Amino acid sequence: MKTTDLCIIGAGPVGLFAVFEAGLLKLRCHLIDVLPQVGGQLSEIYPQKPIYDIPGFPSINAQELVDNLMQQIATFKPEFTLGERVDGLEKQEDGSFIVTTNEGTKLHAKAVVIAAGLGCFEPRKPAIERLEDFEGKGVAYMVRNPELFRNKKIVLAGGGDSALDWTLFLSNVAEKVTLVHRGDSFRGAPDSAEKVVKLAEEGKIDLILKSNITKIDGNGHLSEVHITMHDKSINTINADYLIPLFGLSPKLGPIANWGLDIEKSAIKVNTEDYSTNTPGIYAIGDINTYPGKLKLILCGFHEGALMAQSAFKYIYPDKHLSFKYTTVNGVHGF
Amino acid sequence: MDFINITIEDRNGERKELELPTDMGLSLMEALKANEYRILATCGGMALCATCHVEVLEGGDKLGPMSDPELDMLDTLPDAGPDSRLACQLRINDDMNNAVFRIRGDEEE
Repeated sequence: MKTTDLCIIGAGPVGLFAVFEAGLLKLRCHLIDVLPQVGGQLSEIYPQKPIYDIPGFPSINAQELVDNLMQQIATFKPEFTLGERVDGLEKQEDGSFIVTTNEGTKLHAKAVVIAAGLGCFEPRKPAIERLEDFEGKGVAYMVRNPELFRNKKIVLAGGGDSALDWTLFLSNVAEKVTLVHRGDSFRGAPDSAEKVVKLAEEGKIDLILKSNITKIDGNGHLSEVHITMHDKSINTINADYLIPLFGLSPKLGPIANWGLDIEKSAIKVNTEDYSTNTPGIYAIGDINTYPGKLKLILCGFHEGALMAQSAFKYIYPDKHLSFKYTTVNGVHGF
Repeated sequence: MDFINITIEDRNGERKELELPTDMGLSLMEALKANEYRILATCGGMALCATCHVEVLEGGDKLGPMSDPELDMLDTLPDAGPDSRLACQLRINDDMNNAVFRIRGDEEE
């Protein structure tokens, strides 16, 4: 098992800058992020958007800020586990932590910093009767292994790009593909939309527009999908799998199960050091809440600086910590 | 300071009139939160989470057109209708006077 001083959950700007503040105190960091790249929302959602409230930068593109932060922390040689979600967080008798991801990666850390922003993005679930009864038994919110669907009867729901793309892909794999969309047109990529409509005209897939799936049924495994059509009549079709594709919605996710004090989907912290109600676990950036909280990157940077001082004292209660300026001492990496 | 009046129908169907300032640059989402409506608004107003989903019951024709990010987000929602909007993308201004909105998004825990 890998070991580190600080395990930082979330590699957005605030998690990245925390590496710098921890590094100044000679604390090594390992970052874990569910996204396949660093930068959090900045890289994933608005890489080209200018940010105007980073001190010292009248304007900076989001991705440029992330690139600069990576450059700034490089000297502290942070390690990364990307594309994995932290599921488990267990405190050990000696006050350290074992962090486990959904892929089974384990990390031993002396303290934990949650810098998880909006949380993790999870599939948005439509209001379909008995939907949750069949999760893993015919209902899938993403296509991990297309072979699972070979020669099966598949119903997809949704009207966005992923619904169109998977309809096209699975039409070559599955026995039968039906796409149900509540609208009468697609806003997704025109090219994909055209192809889907063409396949439907050729009778290779079934395209059901202006309709909603309202109920599913089966005996242990999904076998029927009930669709409420535009004229309110119910159309029941046989199906082995239902794949609802309605985008992703940010959720707190597994963080909610770690015994932390949570208020309005955010972690309550002490503003003296951004510690949570569990000693050794800190929360910084958009994921935390306190009186007067502002969800700003610059506030997250400040929170990271104070957190690092406290984490040092948590890890080394007997060591003396004297505050030093980088202008006086420079920056000494690992 | 200039004010407009709008009506909000909450998730229980209860209606209440709100008087809102037009010169503070507020979005409808921010105004609803300021008036103690339990709206998640997880993304803070970037049209990313759709937890401020509202249905415009009256006055929708006077509201400004939707931007692409708003249209894209509404398009992915399983329960959006022709009168759906994201409250974070609606500015409080004179065009909104006398409009009626129904709250649809996820409730704050």
